Amino acid sequence: MKKLTRFSALALTLLAIAGCTKKDTTTTNTNSTAASATEIVVGEVGSMTGSEATFGTSTHQGIELAFEQINAAGGVKGKKFRVITLDDQGKPDEAATAVTKLITQDKIAALLGEVASSRSLAMAPIAQAHGVPMITPSSTNPKVTEQGDYIFRVCFIDPFQGTVMAKFAKENLKIKNVAILRDVKNDYSVGLADFFTQTFTKNGGTIVVDQSYSAGDMDFKSQLTAIRAKKPEAIYVPGYYTEVGLIARQAKELGLNVPLMGGDGWDSPKLTEIGGKSIEGSFFSNHYSPEDQSPVVQKFIAEYKTKYGVIPDGLAAMGYDAAKVLADAMTRAPDLNSTSVKAAIAATKEYPGVTGVITLNEHRDPVKSAVVLKVAAGGYKYQTTVKP
Amino acid sequence: MIEFVQHLVNGLSLGAIYALIALGYTMVFGILQLINFAHGDVYMLGAFIGMYTSRAFHLADHPSVWALLLILFTAMTGCAIVGFLIERIAYRPLRKSPRINLLITAVGVSLFLEFSGQLVFGADPKFFPQVFSINADFSFGELKINPLQVLVFGISITLMTILQTIIYKTRAGRAMRAASFSHDLASLMGIPTDRVISFTFMLGSALAGAAGVLVGLIYPKIEPLMGSMPGLKAFVAAVLGGIGNVTGAVVGALILGLSESFLVGYGYPTFRDALAFALLILILLFKPTGLFGSKRTEKV
Repeated sequence: MKKLTRFSALALTLLAIAGCTKKDTTTTNTNSTAASATEIVVGEVGSMTGSEATFGTSTHQGIELAFEQINAAGGVKGKKFRVITLDDQGKPDEAATAVTKLITQDKIAALLGEVASSRSLAMAPIAQAHGVPMITPSSTNPKVTEQGDYIFRVCFIDPFQGTVMAKFAKENLKIKNVAILRDVKNDYSVGLADFFTQTFTKNGGTIVVDQSYSAGDMDFKSQLTAIRAKKPEAIYVPGYYTEVGLIARQAKELGLNVPLMGGDGWDSPKLTEIGGKSIEGSFFSNHYSPEDQSPVVQKFIAEYKTKYGVIPDGLAAMGYDAAKVLADAMTRAPDLNSTSVKAAIAATKEYPGVTGVITLNEHRDPVKSAVVLKVAAGGYKYQTTVKP
Repeated sequence: MIEFVQHLVNGLSLGAIYALIALGYTMVFGILQLINFAHGDVYMLGAFIGMYTSRAFHLADHPSVWALLLILFTAMTGCAIVGFLIERIAYRPLRKSPRINLLITAVGVSLFLEFSGQLVFGADPKFFPQVFSINADFSFGELKINPLQVLVFGISITLMTILQTIIYKTRAGRAMRAASFSHDLASLMGIPTDRVISFTFMLGSALAGAAGVLVGLIYPKIEPLMGSMPGLKAFVAAVLGGIGNVTGAVVGALILGLSESFLVGYGYPTFRDALAFALLILILLFKPTGLFGSKRTEKV
């Protein structure tokens, strides 16, 4: 037994040493290549694993496709793009660590990420402090770009997204009484719920009950029972897809046969997998609809499908647009200094993105329209487009 | 009124799930005086074994009671083996060392399982195939009861009874009680203590495996970290009922489920997890032996 223990201790030590050496070589590698004059190094931070893993992987595939196309067309200013992607496992503190590593060790020229506002809010102050331009593809919380003049986004913001759903509920669904079920641990969810309430009550609707949960919960029946007692005509659940799927199931089990409504945090194939039949007939606001017949959208879908074999979700489209907007700005910038790149991104005007025409306003936020999709058997059905 | 009754039903069904996990906790504690923190993670492994089994045999295409029994069987066997290995590799070498070493090892095993789980299964949530469904309608007007949860409730109570019988009516049970009283004395009397402890671990882990499958059916989202919070709550439930006491574990779990359900339903959803630990502090302050525990209780 003692021999065995000693042996395993030795093995562990060896492993640890091996681990360290491996890490060291990668760092030196990246450092030497980062200094190279033939490429532009872009950092990407995303939730490649964790409970919102499809957010990270979709966005990453969009970004990858965009840079591949740009590189194939000759790159920018004779330089090719190289993306270093780090996984934050869906945790804000990991996201902050990843950004620090990308900036200090890999000397990135620009930063793309994150999807979740909580994570972008952890990253933005670091990028701002080091003067590295950061574009978040799909963090919709207004506070993200308020972190400083190096922080941009290419998606619409929560006040607008909340407003879209409130308008849709009032005008298209013609309902008056809505219940809210928000994820209190999530800046995004809380923001959406607040802005929905604001617009919906201003337009004469009533919020009959405002319940909450915390991400990671699996039982929502207590909240749903309390909601059922108030007899709402719909429930606004601006959370992420894993919980929303379970909420839809449990709502049906309790006999709550009203549509659920949500935001772009629903956009994942896992939503219908977990929610099953229960989620059908629900509505959510999103950045784009694959049913959009405009040539930009159809070309993107065709190229994405050839490469990955699936129809891109909204987050893949946002990742693609973020990368393209960055490359566009770098082309227009007189040089690749971070101040010139920053100024060029800020000057983005009428860029024809997949998710709409992108013009950044003085808050570094784009003004663009949103679509409302209905969850149906076998996919999402386009309902309407709401303009700002 | 109907709302109150619905909360009651929700609470009991949630409690039944905690009870399934708490039973294994309490058994292992009873015999080793070890809080097996890895127990919640064995429950996670049970869910994943169930998922992979049903994928391998395409069980979700033809939901039936046999499909459920098959995945219950594989999950319970798989978890029993894992439980055996954990005890053999991690805990047995420390049998003679101070209790704190065992406790820290248990935390280590728990983290090891959670993060190897992330590595092997992937960290994103998986969908648990619906291999079994009951068509019966258990609703009384507004009051809705999920038949699966009635089943889980029934299973928890049945398992509790079976465990009581094993512990108090069989030779193996007598050996377990003897070993829990004193390892050394029991060995002197010719009881193979090591084997008895292995048996207890396998039994407790098999229960966790069954819980994993049943929870997967009701809340079909499973992930490698799913075991940590329910594991901790089941631990609180076991302490609440008097750790080491099988009936106490079930009662404690039901109390915890009910109080969570009412707390959340009547307006304090953010305190859901805080409640369990507040209960733990209170019970340790005022009745450290738990509701059913007393110094004379025979621990198993």
